[in-house]
Parts: sequence; structure tokens; C-alpha cells
Amino acid sequence: MFSDLFEIYRKFFRMGAVTFGGGYAMLPILRREVVQSSGWISEEEVMDYYALSQGLPGLIGANVAAFIGHRRKGPAGAVAAALGLISPSILIITVIALFLAGFQDNLYVRRALSAVSVCVVALILDAVLAMWKKGVKDAIGLVICLAVLLLSLFTKVSPVLLIVVCAVIGIAVRAAQRSRSREKGADE
Amino acid sequence: MIYLRLFWEFLKIGLFAVGGGMATLPFLQELSTRTGWYSQAFITDMVAISESTPGPIGINMATYVGCNVAGIPGGIVASIGVVTPSLIIILFIAKSLERFRKATVIEDAFYGLRPAVTGLICAAGLSVARVALLQLASSQPLSDALSSLDWRRLALFAAAFLGIRKLKWHPVVFIAISAAVGILLAF
Repeated sequence: MFSDLFEIYRKFFRMGAVTFGGGYAMLPILRREVVQSSGWISEEEVMDYYALSQGLPGLIGANVAAFIGHRRKGPAGAVAAALGLISPSILIITVIALFLAGFQDNLYVRRALSAVSVCVVALILDAVLAMWKKGVKDAIGLVICLAVLLLSLFTKVSPVLLIVVCAVIGIAVRAAQRSRSREKGADE
Repeated sequence: MIYLRLFWEFLKIGLFAVGGGMATLPFLQELSTRTGWYSQAFITDMVAISESTPGPIGINMATYVGCNVAGIPGGIVASIGVVTPSLIIILFIAKSLERFRKATVIEDAFYGLRPAVTGLICAAGLSVARVALLQLASSQPLSDALSSLDWRRLALFAAAFLGIRKLKWHPVVFIAISAAVGILLAF
């Protein structure tokens, strides 16, 4: 029991320790840790948890961690995942806040981070391509994906609204497809 | 008591932060004017440090503020506070989600959500790319990119992307190599 919880804590600790950026920057590392190397959840579930996390209150990274932790070991697993995720922040930020004044202005730190941010873009692109393969399967998916992309790039529309609308569209489209295939079945 | 107040304030920030760490920024500004715990100038440092250290930005900002307001326990309490709403809400939802996972209506909703989240993450990636690859501030138009185009960045991007696709190493390896490249080539 405790070894399972510790394993969850450890995995999310590692994710927190190597994420540079927001909750989305965590995605490549998350896929590696919980989909590819351990098979805890599927690629589709990662997408589902991100979609829900985006639509719910709370930090995205913390929401996704709590979902996956809960999926593994219920409420205790969710707590273990959230604690794992915040632990590296606590350790690293505490050291910097207390002992390393001017850390962010250090020339070498800035150069290293400037290049790391380029690498993070490449990692996110790789993750987007994987999601594209699993998430965009037909013309309707393509339209939804592009519409959301353009709306979030060029307007200030809230991501929460986009999530809610796309969930409703999904339900409506599938219901329409089912009733059409039923009509077809009745004709034959 | 300062720790309870910190916990409560960051719990509220976590609750209202819809859409990621940077969404907490306006709330942190409001907290600064209301409590006087830190100055507006402190916020600039906070963002810089949170972006330049590992860990999701929203959590880093909570730790940094807590730590500066009330020392190490303050940092711990603020970080726990900021993730507490996530825990409560997900505990509430995850149980029914796992139970109704196979329900048609949930599957149908995800049919619309999967392409949507692909689009959202692509947009997030592009906004990082704007700053990281083209070095444009968020207010600068895209047309400024050509004049400040840095080929080393594009080369690093291409090399990193190829490596990620072909080698399948752990992401942290590519992050570490990039950091070294950045220092050696003075990015």
C-alpha cells in the first residue's frame, strides 16, 4: 500500500523537478513517466485528463496530477501525486529565496534557460504530434482542433468556454451520427 | 496566524486560477495591494524565478511568496494551499468519472474534447515558441521576427526535435543537453 503511494509520489516528484514552464510544459515528461515507461494510463486518458483539468478550477498541472494519482490509488493516490509535484518546488525555491539572491539574473542561468526554452518547444511539438495522431481522427475532429487553435491564438475567449462548447459539440455530433445510422438501418 | 492566512489566500488563488499558473498573476497582484506582504516590484522577481526554476510556474510562485512572507513553513503552507482546490475538486469528480467512464455521454463528450485539447496544447506550444524561438515579447507583432531571427535557436530547435523523435530518450536528457549548449554557445 505505502510502496504504491511512494511510487506515485516519486514519479510526480520527478515530473515537478524537470518541468520548465506551466502545466503544458509538464506534458512531455508526464507522457514519458506515466504512459511510455510505466503504462499507468493510456495516451487517450492523458488527453482526457488535460481536457478536464483545463475546464476545472485549479492549476492544470495539479489537476492532472490529482486525476492520475486518484486513478492509481484513490484519494490517497491523488494526495501523494499532488505532494510529489509540489515537493521539488518547495525545495528548490526555498534554497533560492533564502540563499541565492539574484539567481535569475545570473548570466549562465539565463543562457541555460534561454536554450532550455527552445528545447521545451520541441518537446511540446513532439507531444502535440502524438496527441494529433490519437485525438484527431476525422474531419469533425480536424475542424474542432483548428477552430480551438485559432480562437485561442487570436481571441481572448476563455479556454473553459472552449472546453465546455467542444464537449457539447462532441455529444451532439455523436448523437446525430447514431440517429442517422439508425435511420439507415431502418431503411435497409 | 500567518500560516493559516497564507494557506487560505493561496487556496483561493488556486481555486480561481483557471487555465494554468500565469492565470494566478492578477490574483497575486491583488494580494499584494490588499495585504502589503510584498511589493509590486517583488512580483517581477517572483515571475522570473518561477520561470527559471523547475516545477510548474503556479506552484513555484506560491512557494516563493510563502517563503518570503513566512520563511520555510510559509513556503510549504502556500504550496499546499494552492493545490488544495485541485485535490478537493478532483476527488469529487474522479470517482464519478471512473464510474461513468464507459457511459455513452462521457465518451461522446471526449470525442469533442480530444481534438479540442490538442488545439489548446498546440496554441500553448506556439505561444512559448514565439518567445523562445523568435524572441518576441507578447506585445510585438510577428513581422518583427525576421529582423531578429537567430539561426542558432532554429538550429537547436531542429536538432532537439530530431533527437526527440529518433532517439526516444527521457525528456530531461534533452533539457540538460540544451542547458549545456546554451551556456557553451552563449545563448
